[in-house]
Amino acid sequence: MLRLLPCIAFMIALILVAPLRASAQSDTPLQDVLQTVQPLVASPSRGTVPEMLAALITADAPGTVAFLRAWSDREVYERPEDGFFFFAREGADRNLVLIDIDSGAEAGTASSRDVNQIRPNAGVRREVNAALVQFELLNPNPARRLAALDSIARSPDAEQIEALEIALEAEEDSAIAVRMQRLLDLLNARFATDTATRVDAIDGLRGDISTEARRALNQILQTQSGFGEAVPEGTNVARLRVPGDDMPLIAAYAVLSDAGLAPARPGRNAIRDVLRANVVDGTVGGIPVHQLDNDEARRAAYLALEQAGTVAPLVTTADMEAAVAQYVFYDAYLEADPAVTQAARDALDSTRTRISIWQFVGISIDALSLASIFFLAAIGLAITFGVMRVINMAHGEFIMMGAYTGYVVQTVIPDYTVSLVVALPLAFLVTFAAGVLMERLVIRHLYTRPLETLLATFGISIALQQLAKNIFGTQARPLTAPDWLAGAIQVNDLVSVASIRVAIFAMAIGFLLLLLYILNRTRLGLEVRAVTQNPGMAASMGINPDRINMLTFGLGSGIAGVAGVSIGLVAQVTSEMGANYIVQSFMTVVVGGVGSVFGTLAGATLIGFLQKGIEWFNPANTLAAQTYMVLFIILFIQFRPKGIVALKGRAAGD
Amino acid sequence: MSIEISRVTTAPAPRGSFLRANPSVLWFMGLLGLFTLGVTILSEGFGIGAISTNLVKILGMTLCLCLIAIAMDVVWGYCGILSLGHFAFFGLGGYAIGMWLMYARTEIVIRDSLGRGTIPPTELEVAEGVAAQIFGVVGSSELPLIWSFAGSLPFQLAMVVLVPGLLALVFGWLAFRSRVTGVYLSILTQAMTLALALYLFQNDTGLRGNNGLSGLQNIPGYQHVPQSVISMWFFWASAVALGAGYLLFAWVVSGKFGSVIRAIRDNEARVRFLGYNVEGYKLFVFTITAVISGIAGALYYPQAGIINPAEIAPIASIYLAVWVAIGGRGRLYGAVIGAASVSLLSSWLTGGGAPNIDLGLFRIVWTDWWLVFLGLGFVAVTLFFPKGMGGLFDYLVRKKP
Repeated sequence: MLRLLPCIAFMIALILVAPLRASAQSDTPLQDVLQTVQPLVASPSRGTVPEMLAALITADAPGTVAFLRAWSDREVYERPEDGFFFFAREGADRNLVLIDIDSGAEAGTASSRDVNQIRPNAGVRREVNAALVQFELLNPNPARRLAALDSIARSPDAEQIEALEIALEAEEDSAIAVRMQRLLDLLNARFATDTATRVDAIDGLRGDISTEARRALNQILQTQSGFGEAVPEGTNVARLRVPGDDMPLIAAYAVLSDAGLAPARPGRNAIRDVLRANVVDGTVGGIPVHQLDNDEARRAAYLALEQAGTVAPLVTTADMEAAVAQYVFYDAYLEADPAVTQAARDALDSTRTRISIWQFVGISIDALSLASIFFLAAIGLAITFGVMRVINMAHGEFIMMGAYTGYVVQTVIPDYTVSLVVALPLAFLVTFAAGVLMERLVIRHLYTRPLETLLATFGISIALQQLAKNIFGTQARPLTAPDWLAGAIQVNDLVSVASIRVAIFAMAIGFLLLLLYILNRTRLGLEVRAVTQNPGMAASMGINPDRINMLTFGLGSGIAGVAGVSIGLVAQVTSEMGANYIVQSFMTVVVGGVGSVFGTLAGATLIGFLQKGIEWFNPANTLAAQTYMVLFIILFIQFRPKGIVALKGRAAGD
Repeated sequence: MSIEISRVTTAPAPRGSFLRANPSVLWFMGLLGLFTLGVTILSEGFGIGAISTNLVKILGMTLCLCLIAIAMDVVWGYCGILSLGHFAFFGLGGYAIGMWLMYARTEIVIRDSLGRGTIPPTELEVAEGVAAQIFGVVGSSELPLIWSFAGSLPFQLAMVVLVPGLLALVFGWLAFRSRVTGVYLSILTQAMTLALALYLFQNDTGLRGNNGLSGLQNIPGYQHVPQSVISMWFFWASAVALGAGYLLFAWVVSGKFGSVIRAIRDNEARVRFLGYNVEGYKLFVFTITAVISGIAGALYYPQAGIINPAEIAPIASIYLAVWVAIGGRGRLYGAVIGAASVSLLSSWLTGGGAPNIDLGLFRIVWTDWWLVFLGLGFVAVTLFFPKGMGGLFDYLVRKKP
């Protein structure tokens, strides 16, 4: 620790004087400095590092930090004839291409035998890295200081405490100072030498739900199991274990026999092996071999052998109990100081409630995001199925069509933002046209036979799916989100939301409002509602039901296309992607209540929350969550066959 | 030849004249018998060997598909319940018999290998060996509870009937009781088969997850019998099952019972007002077709050799509806024609056996384009030939008063 001090002092001095220094120097400032301490750089040892660092840092040539990193990572080469240093990369014929350390330009090639790779040993590297962290912590650029803090947090180390304390003194930015203080607490909690400092530091971490704080606390609370005739003096016991109660008797006995304190207990396999080894003339201990096909006979044979004195005695349960009773089994903390472990336990307990609240928030956000995807997938269906009572099994293929439209647009327009802006309306148009075409050619003829629309549209669905497979191939195509949608919004260590999911949520809300507007506030919506309720009466009022049906179907299909683009951004675009959503979409519509936009919203929300909720109980198993969700839906429909939002009166139809 | 069974107006036939009222049954039995005889003569196991064992298996499997197709026809074409979940029952039947096939065969193998040691194995060691062998692939070595009786053939044979039957009974009772009809019922049955498939896909539900059960073509105790012979045994069994199923369903849909279920199809409310227990009729039809589907599955999968949860995905049941619709709803032989022609054509064209057609500019590769044509053809059938292929027979007998 103390040997770092000179470097630190040099660096502080360096930062203070740096702005004053003249910049007029040669073209190769770094090389020049390095040449002044050439032997120290070329053949480093732990004793010479401070001197070399001092020289480099005083000169502060541009690229010093990068050079030191490369140097300690063994990426620097020395040319023996003039003693110059170079970076290098692999060239042709196993030659190295030398790279000038100042300009980064190529400086000729050399065989790897003609140059010396500089190999600082582990001690040197540790020293240099510590100096580099320190150097970064005092860097005038706040971003660099934060990056240095992150790197400390990633690999905490007792030696960094001192560097952090010095940096904290000099820190002016309050936000960074808070972070430094917390990091200091983390390091002190684990590495400080006296109890009071550690307990203080641990108390400073109370209520901190970040991963690094909890990891530090859990590390303090690591235990190791042990046993003895009594608990040894000075052991920080976490809990005692009672064999036969919170520890299986056999396991406890195995611990003793492994330690050589009791004879090994032959298990079933061991007994069999012993018997096998003691077969004499087709019998073991007087029992014919062919009778040894059950445990009693084998035991009897073994006891016979034991009485003859040929094998180790069988260990009975009573033997095990007697042996185990002489010892105490316990889990002990690796940390010897009970005050520290007590403080750490308290600190962890204090975070428990907050953690579960945040986890709940996280799951709710996940559920909301899932619900908005379900909603987008199902809302087009809610129009065609809900309003027109037409089962469109090809709905999923319209989703797929929209996603492929997005993919094609992206191959034409390389800019992801522009292509997305183009793809959304284009997907709507393509699927709108497809929907209208399908309505005109097929569905129009089947309005009186709803079950047969199911079959006919299924035929269209398999044809479209195979067609997509023929055109685009079977492998998944990427639909890339623009950069501004690629990140995630990090609320804290427990909760983060991908921006793309926020965008999809916003889009789902947008569609909800748009549909409500179209259905309730426009002429088209009025006519759609009229045709839904009573086609004959609507026709006699001068509404053309044919045209309305066509437009409604087109609208539902068009929305499926737009949903396809947004689903393609989070899932993979394959010819089967629609089929993955179709059953769930139907269930969403049916659970929500047919013929109502709000019903679909309620259905999607219910299914989304349900699925995530079930997943919470059994996080590793998404399939189980889906299974139970479908079972729930089947039961739900038993009790509310018309869905959550059931239409009443004549609008309910049948 | 007269086709009477599909007419609602058929007068109740006089006692004992079931076959005279349903001449199609005799025709069907005759053709099935001829077909079976023909395949037997041409087979490798018992005849001149003109038909490969593999083809015998495909034909036998097709007979099983025909059996589930007539079950589907009864529940949909006669009773009007478009069930999109009957393949779940088919799969359950397959799983039930598959458990025995796999367990018993593994047990023989394990006993054999353990028996080579100097000391005979205990029952526990055998059971552990079998469990490790079967479930090693899903990272487990314990026998799940549902395999407790997998070593018993009578028990698993009972399961072939009981599991699909009970599931259909409970599901049907729940669904029909709350008057879920039409499209909703279709979606509900689809949800049922989806739930079952998802459940079976899990590794920890005790049926080997997406690995499914495999090696089902080997019959425990008959390892020395060549596949060419075993395939014929299953072919005959499938043919007998199809014949018996046809007879059963022809009998069920004729007479008064048949009239009632067709009336339910045409106007459920009116039948209810006439005092019939509509739910009871529907439940009976739903359950008995599920049981027959289970039996069909139990015969199908030993010929296929492998069963996995993908087999009972919702799409399979929709294809079943497609076969029946193409063959012609509301007549049993229509379902058989549809299932046989579409599934055989499908395996011929996607198997790469069919010659591709060169159209100069464009080349039709059947493996790529078959599904497109099937889909479009299906749309055409729905739009223009609602009676399906079976409807062609009406033209043959139209002249008859």
